[in-house]
Amino acid sequence: MDMKSLYLLIALSPLVGSIIAGLFGWAIGRRASHVVTILGVGVSAALSLKVLYAFLTGQAEVFNAPVYTWLTVGGYEFSVGFLVDSLTAMMLVVVTFVSLMVHIYTIGYMQEDPGYQRFFSYISLFTFSMLMLVMSNNFIQLFFGWEAVGLVSYLLIGFWFKRPTAIFANLKAFLVNRVGDFGFLLGIGMVLAYFGGSLNYSDVFAAAPALAHKTVQIIPGVEWSLLSVTCILLFIGAMGKSAQFPLHVWLPDSMEGPTPISALIHAATMVTAGIFMVSRMSPLYELSDTALNVVMVAGSITALFMGFLGIVQNDIKRVVAYSTLSQLGYMTVALGASAYSVAMFHVMTHAFFKALLFLAAGSVIIGMHHDQDMRNMGGLRKYMPITWLTSLLGSLALIGTPFFSGFYSKDSIIEVVQVSHLPAAGFAYFAVIAGVFVTAFYSFRMYFLVFHGKERWMEKKDDHHDHGHDDHDHHHGLGPNDKPHESPWVVTFPLLMLAIPSVLVGFFAIEPLLYGHFFDGVISVNAELHPGMEELKHEFHGAVAMGLHSFTSLPFILALAGVVTAWFFYMKAPQIPAAIKKNFSAVNTVLENKYYMDDLYFNVFAKGSRALGTFFWKVGDMLLIDGLVVNGTAKLVGAVSKVVRKLQTGFIYSYATTMIIGVLGLMSLWFWQIIAR
Amino acid sequence: MFTNQLSLVIWTPIVAGLLVLATGGDQRATLARWIAVAGALAGFLLSVPLYCGFDNLNGGMQFAENLPWIDSFGIRYSLGVDGISMLFVILNSFTTLMVVLAGWEVIQKRVAQYMAAFLIMSGLINGAFAALDAILFYVFFEGMLIPMYLIIGVWGGPRRVYASIKFFLYTLLGSLLMLVALIYLYFQAGKTFDIQAFQAIAKIPLHVQILLFIAFFLSFAVKVPMWPVHTWLPDAHVEAPTGGSMVLAAITLKIGAYGFLRFALPILPDAARELSTIMVVLSLVAVVYIGLVALVQSDMKKLVAYSSISHMGFVTLGLFMFTGSHLNQWAVEGALVQMVSHGFVSAGMFFCIGVMYDRVHSRNIADYGGVANKMPIFAAFMMLFAMANSGLPATSGFAGEFMVIMGAVQVNFWYAALAATTLIFGAAYTLWMYKRVIFGEVANSHVEEMSDVNKREFLVLAVLALAVLGMGLYPQAFVAKMHLAVNDLIAHVAQTKL
Repeated sequence: MDMKSLYLLIALSPLVGSIIAGLFGWAIGRRASHVVTILGVGVSAALSLKVLYAFLTGQAEVFNAPVYTWLTVGGYEFSVGFLVDSLTAMMLVVVTFVSLMVHIYTIGYMQEDPGYQRFFSYISLFTFSMLMLVMSNNFIQLFFGWEAVGLVSYLLIGFWFKRPTAIFANLKAFLVNRVGDFGFLLGIGMVLAYFGGSLNYSDVFAAAPALAHKTVQIIPGVEWSLLSVTCILLFIGAMGKSAQFPLHVWLPDSMEGPTPISALIHAATMVTAGIFMVSRMSPLYELSDTALNVVMVAGSITALFMGFLGIVQNDIKRVVAYSTLSQLGYMTVALGASAYSVAMFHVMTHAFFKALLFLAAGSVIIGMHHDQDMRNMGGLRKYMPITWLTSLLGSLALIGTPFFSGFYSKDSIIEVVQVSHLPAAGFAYFAVIAGVFVTAFYSFRMYFLVFHGKERWMEKKDDHHDHGHDDHDHHHGLGPNDKPHESPWVVTFPLLMLAIPSVLVGFFAIEPLLYGHFFDGVISVNAELHPGMEELKHEFHGAVAMGLHSFTSLPFILALAGVVTAWFFYMKAPQIPAAIKKNFSAVNTVLENKYYMDDLYFNVFAKGSRALGTFFWKVGDMLLIDGLVVNGTAKLVGAVSKVVRKLQTGFIYSYATTMIIGVLGLMSLWFWQIIAR
Repeated sequence: MFTNQLSLVIWTPIVAGLLVLATGGDQRATLARWIAVAGALAGFLLSVPLYCGFDNLNGGMQFAENLPWIDSFGIRYSLGVDGISMLFVILNSFTTLMVVLAGWEVIQKRVAQYMAAFLIMSGLINGAFAALDAILFYVFFEGMLIPMYLIIGVWGGPRRVYASIKFFLYTLLGSLLMLVALIYLYFQAGKTFDIQAFQAIAKIPLHVQILLFIAFFLSFAVKVPMWPVHTWLPDAHVEAPTGGSMVLAAITLKIGAYGFLRFALPILPDAARELSTIMVVLSLVAVVYIGLVALVQSDMKKLVAYSSISHMGFVTLGLFMFTGSHLNQWAVEGALVQMVSHGFVSAGMFFCIGVMYDRVHSRNIADYGGVANKMPIFAAFMMLFAMANSGLPATSGFAGEFMVIMGAVQVNFWYAALAATTLIFGAAYTLWMYKRVIFGEVANSHVEEMSDVNKREFLVLAVLALAVLGMGLYPQAFVAKMHLAVNDLIAHVAQTKL
């Protein structure tokens, strides 16, 4: 099989599964639907592993070729085409592996849902879209994939379309993403207009260095660097998709979707598309320190401030969601520090442990009979041992416990920010280092509340429905006499499979990914201007040394402090958080209202647009155009016709006169023409 | 296939329409329907060779026919299509077939007359797109309005009289001025009404060009419709039956834009350049202002009507995007792609609304909710059209908007930025409507009684859906045909006649 067919097979086999399950699911039934989609994704996953292996062992060559011509304009050809290099290969494996696990998990999670086939069709369609996104060799197909994953995300957040909160959340997600796409599309426009009239990555990257000092006048009279403008516009797209402040507001609400897609789309893969995109565009971003600073600031704010919000959440999925936001902020900070390989490394480790945490949360939710409120949980360790163990491993990976995968990627981010020379690096360093404590605190607050302590569902009061839209109408939860029990193997098997890379992958991957030649020629860093990775390389003496060394480092101490504080607050002295909540109620209110960003957007943008639309409609269309001009004309015509009616005498000579006047008019026009000549 | 293919495409539906009329009253409605569908299908099949037999490498008019008509005034029966008009002839014939199917059992009163009106209108519209003689164009252009008046006036809603009068008022002024302009050009071109001769006129002073441009503008801008002469469209749509709305949105609006690129731009290049900023501003107002107006509509048809105006803003935006004296090729081809795409998407949207209206007899968004529970197949189709209306890539709705925006960035960043707001507003009004109508719990007893699409509805939806997807995945099939015609247009417009 030649490489092109291989890559086509990787991309298309999930699509085939999706089409079969989507169009014929009603005929072939549930079992066949999940078999065919799992088979499709399984083929992709196996072949992706083969591709990655070839890249790891240095046997593979970069593949860059068109598949078919989508459009030609002005002598330029747009093709749908594939670029498969080490970066793509890594994403292929992450996407297909997590997707495969989520497919298997879904058999258990959605078994009672009437939309079973539809769900499998959607997640396979998502896998296809995401593969097209990461395999693209040009901006236009990137945008295709970008929007397609957005579409599937929209469909899946609103999967339970009867629930008002779900259909509010999916519309919100789509529109906020569209705000990002607005910038992204203009960025693509800038690329097409100024980078040699091509949208192929290779052409654009080749043209970029010569444009490093070119300026454009976006505002007349003001010269801006072309690359800064372009990169910032493209980054606005990443802010939407990867939920960076201030376009992060859609991600927490996306938890309205079924848990498997929270794991697959809103944690492991789609939300990292923005990170992937910026890494892919590293030859452009390297040429603009302005853009890198913007990236870093957005990432820092997201990393720290979204972490704070994770502390006050009571819905188990929302804690993980805010954790995802915060971790996406870490990745973005790494991008800003020109450590693209580190960002991608964190994308990979995060995909495994965050998918694990989400799926474990889903397992807990099954165990709790669809109660997501952590205040009703507690002591689940006894009843759900596999879920408990895998959650613990995932949490340890997330907070950066030495030797776990999250440790290697996150510590590398902290270190590279520390040595970065960009103006924003000071703030960014504070954000990521403070974020370590926050992460440890909210992660283990969740862990202790769910798996340890009293079994609170026994004493559950019915008033837990009072916490705003965190609430779900399908909550029923456990009764006082019920016992939670471990989920079936289709649920726990993916947990175990994800736990393995969550623990191990960092240890083995750090050296080849960050300090080896894996990303050579794919990610480009200007080592003179941004020497961070070079400095890290000098200090790196192997994964073991890095792990051992870290026991005396600040991040470890902060993470430990976070765990201990969480233990003390929620296991030992629960009156303390209650007292803090009471005494710092202003802070608590701000956090519980998510810094009032949702209210701001809703009241200013959503309501503002509607008010403006109403104004244009009522005043512009109805009052001025219709009222004054159209109906005014109608009245005028009416008035005139009253007069003109008198001309309609019925006598042939008066009509003849009118005709003659008309002919004279036309003739004079003609004469005027001749004279004018 | 035939030497006079264009005449066949024009007259076959008209003859079929007359045959349908001959079936008489409603006692033979079934016969009328079958003749109508046969005529529409024949019209469509006859238009297909225009595509297959089209020579991509020939920039001139193809399938030309040229016979004397009114010799004393040099008026000729002159037909021909280039890569632009050919697409619209096919789009029109295709839409007619959809419309005949759409009205199948929905229309119960005066079936023969209803079907005949659409068939005759289809022939006349084909004539307008294929005419190369200005008077022939004018006759078809005005003639096609008569069936449309009847369709709205006879099968329309309660305020149909107001809607027709409004439409009439708007159209009247422009048409007469255009006739004056054509007569002026007749003398300038050496006593011929040949459109290509008009385009070849070497000298027209700027002030005359501007006057003529205004005459054409008043006629064509109303049809497009451009802001601020757009207010007839929402009323016409609301009153028109489903089929009327489909043709109105899919085809009639396109004739306005076609008029600009066949007359105003190539004949009056200096005026077009001179006034291009105004045209761009009006187009951007249409995109942004009308997008916001669409957001607050409570009537589904009005919402989609406003959405049409906003999408047509992209067309006029793309047609007047100048860099120096040159039109931007991206923008022009984008405008054309947008025109074809909007034909599929708006027909789909209006048909979807029609399907719901047939069941619940309301166009109010508030009367619906949770339709997906009762009509899952329908909901899936409507999702596709809604996404296409929001400009999602891989649907036809994306390609045109994308190309226009790409062209606009090259001309002026702010044009592009304002145009690109449609990504947000377009999605907002379409999907917000979709959410309120389709998603949620079953809202009331009327929705509870809704049944999913029948086979005929499924067929129409599926064909339109395939068109939307096909054009989104492979727009090259359309764009490849139009390259030379667009180059030709750009070359004409780049000249000066001063």
